[in-house]
Amino acid sequence: MLDPNAIRERILGTLPGSEVVVNDTTGTGDHFEARVVSPDFAGKSMVQQHQLVYAPLQDWLKSGELHALALKTYSPEQWKKLGSR
Amino acid sequence: MTTPAMNPEIKARFDKEVNSHPIVLFMKGNALFPQCGFSARALQILQQHGEVHTVDVLADPAVRQGIKDYSNWPTIPQVFIHGKFVGGSDILMELEDRGELAELVAGKSPA
Repeated sequence: MLDPNAIRERILGTLPGSEVVVNDTTGTGDHFEARVVSPDFAGKSMVQQHQLVYAPLQDWLKSGELHALALKTYSPEQWKKLGSR
Repeated sequence: MTTPAMNPEIKARFDKEVNSHPIVLFMKGNALFPQCGFSARALQILQQHGEVHTVDVLADPAVRQGIKDYSNWPTIPQVFIHGKFVGGSDILMELEDRGELAELVAGKSPA
């Protein structure tokens, strides 16, 4: 069973300076959703942005410990455009 | 984007598979019996845009792991449109929200 904070810490480890919010969507410690706003996402495609978030979580994804991670990724610019939606 | 260490035979097999139809979905289960909510949702979205060729990754462990290496993407479902990797269910929903999915299927290059 994973803790949202553990996921958050790993993402922050590879994407320092980003804003990361992780929630356990089912309360079962294996389905999560995350929103990541990172300056490293600027100019990257959605696929590339998601790959950057998945990278530090590979072993958990591989083992199945982390079954699902619904992702929303934004560069600070993209996030600003969305306003406080 | 593919792993250089990937077996060329398996890579060729995936190259062929993703180009076999305009819309190809690697999913858990099949169109009649999706085995995962994310796969079911991806299928549902794609079916609004045309015929979807599905590949059941649960039917073959080599495909289940192989497709992840092929696209450098750790989760299922995975969507390919006109042979190009589009993403997983989140990206698919995002593209649908933005109205860009129809353009991709129509063969227009993404924004």
